[in-house]
Amino acid sequence: MNWLNAVVDGILLGGLYALLATGLSLMFGVMRIINLAHGSLALVGAYMAYLVTEHIGISAYLSLIIVLPGALIVGYVLQRTVLERSLRSGELVPLLTTFGLLIVIANLLQEFFSPDVRGLNPGNIGNASWQVSSTLSIPWFDALVLGISIAVLGGLHLLLKRTQMGRELRATAADAETAELVGVNARAVYARATAIAVATAALAGVFYGMRSSFDPTVGPDELIYAFEAVVIGGVGSLWGTLVGGIVLGVSQTVGAQINVQYFALAGHVVFLSVLTLRAVAQSGAVRLSWGKP
Amino acid sequence: MTTAVVRPERMRVERWTPVSSSFALGVTALLAVLAFVPLLFSENTVNNLTQLFFLVILAMMWNALAGYGGLVSVGQQMFIGFGAYAVVYLSVQHSMNPYEAMVIATVAGAALSIPIGAVVLWLRGGAFAIGMWVLAEAIAILVSLDSSLGGGTGTSAVLAFNLSYSPEQRLRDDYWMALAFAAVLLVGLFVLLRSRLGASLQAIRDDEHAAASLGVRVLLGKGVLFVIAGAGCTAAGTIILAWQLSILPLGPDSIFGVNWSAEMIFMVLVGGLGTFEGPIIGAIALYLLQQYVSNAGVWYFVLLGGIAIAVALFLPQGLWGTLQSRTNLRLLPVGYRLRGRS
Repeated sequence: MNWLNAVVDGILLGGLYALLATGLSLMFGVMRIINLAHGSLALVGAYMAYLVTEHIGISAYLSLIIVLPGALIVGYVLQRTVLERSLRSGELVPLLTTFGLLIVIANLLQEFFSPDVRGLNPGNIGNASWQVSSTLSIPWFDALVLGISIAVLGGLHLLLKRTQMGRELRATAADAETAELVGVNARAVYARATAIAVATAALAGVFYGMRSSFDPTVGPDELIYAFEAVVIGGVGSLWGTLVGGIVLGVSQTVGAQINVQYFALAGHVVFLSVLTLRAVAQSGAVRLSWGKP
Repeated sequence: MTTAVVRPERMRVERWTPVSSSFALGVTALLAVLAFVPLLFSENTVNNLTQLFFLVILAMMWNALAGYGGLVSVGQQMFIGFGAYAVVYLSVQHSMNPYEAMVIATVAGAALSIPIGAVVLWLRGGAFAIGMWVLAEAIAILVSLDSSLGGGTGTSAVLAFNLSYSPEQRLRDDYWMALAFAAVLLVGLFVLLRSRLGASLQAIRDDEHAAASLGVRVLLGKGVLFVIAGAGCTAAGTIILAWQLSILPLGPDSIFGVNWSAEMIFMVLVGGLGTFEGPIIGAIALYLLQQYVSNAGVWYFVLLGGIAIAVALFLPQGLWGTLQSRTNLRLLPVGYRLRGRS
């Protein structure tokens, strides 16, 4: 490993984080809620793929044919049963219910799959890399994930900008009540948004599981990485999420280059620095606009 | 529903009712009686009550943040872990008396919460929640990298406590420390919420924007709550260390683990978010739950999360809040009520 390689690895890893963050960002954009169970749902995706590969014997890639529709249904049902009700009860309740969900999912996974570490087989591509020079090699698998991440973000961008469903989503995000006045069914829009969000989470979870091993406790890690990517990139921007994911990925791999144990810590430090800078900027702005308190 | 029209001059503002003043006297008497428990009851009872006391502290502190400040934190375990490790640092490494170390650690926890609050209180909703969580994770990683604090395999305060105390004496002293911390925080929070600042805190709880437009200094109010909650959770952390003696820095079950947040949220939701008495009820409920299902481990947390979701959706005022709104009962009144003069 060297510095250049660490940076390139970080950029590619950022693709995975952007994919993980997409659904979180979408749900926040449309419903103004942060789904604390997002990472756990990604992890459920990985376990679903694990089950499929174990029992049907197809590759982890092909398992997506089953996992993704499954995740769409999970998201839809989740919205209609739990989130819809919690949305009606004020700002705090969605946070509390999704946190409860996170705890329930982690412990159910532990009950059914044991605390053992699992992995998904990325196939031959998992070990292959393109040796650019003696010091720089690009792992194919990570490049593939970055490509898929860009494709998903691009697809979502087109969906939001070009389709009727996207227009309804944007209208509901801007003002749900007014959107309903012109005939949009906000509840259906919310359910679709959550279904898409959970599907992207599951997709990211499966790739996460192919890249590194996982156990029932990593859901919160995936949530935190996704959230860090969203915040670093700027809330509410799809392509910002990609930038945020890349900044997070580079921070982690460069941190790990200094000391392997600094991997997660370096990402946290960059995230907290961004928060602090924003807090300083915001406190200044508030003082200017409020005048004397 | 029929509405009785009462002219303004026939209304009076009341705070204490005969029921609530006798209850407050009862609580004071209870605290006094509790102080004698170690002299009268078995070690097992003393140990269990110590556990109940730190649960009460945790519930009260989380409720102060979420119930009055509207701040859902899933990172208060940062202060729990800080308190526990600060006592290890002071008592094991610097040979301080462990009970003095518990007090000093709590003061340090309050001091630590000031710079943290200065940054995170600008965040709202979920951003605050996860921001706190990331901070807790970051501090946990830093602690786990410090080999003098035991590194990733954790540490223990057995030496500090057992050097100068017999096991029976330690249990009793732990109990008195926990009772003292709980009593000080309970009374302190009660007095604070009844003060002028407390009135503004309750206004923030009810509607932050409306409160701000009436001239309530929202950020100051939240800051005070944040520091109290930081100090209180640190105090709880020091008791937890004294109670279990060995701690781990990493993982959901550890001293910096997110499971503490799950327990805090359970207690406050079940008892009644934003009520003064509710968290105490919630702490007792969690304590009872632990007596019956703790051995199951996994199912304990499934139950915890599941009940928290159900209560948040179907009984948002919790047990105490629901009882309060049905019966108009206030036992430890921190607000005012308008009553028709009879």
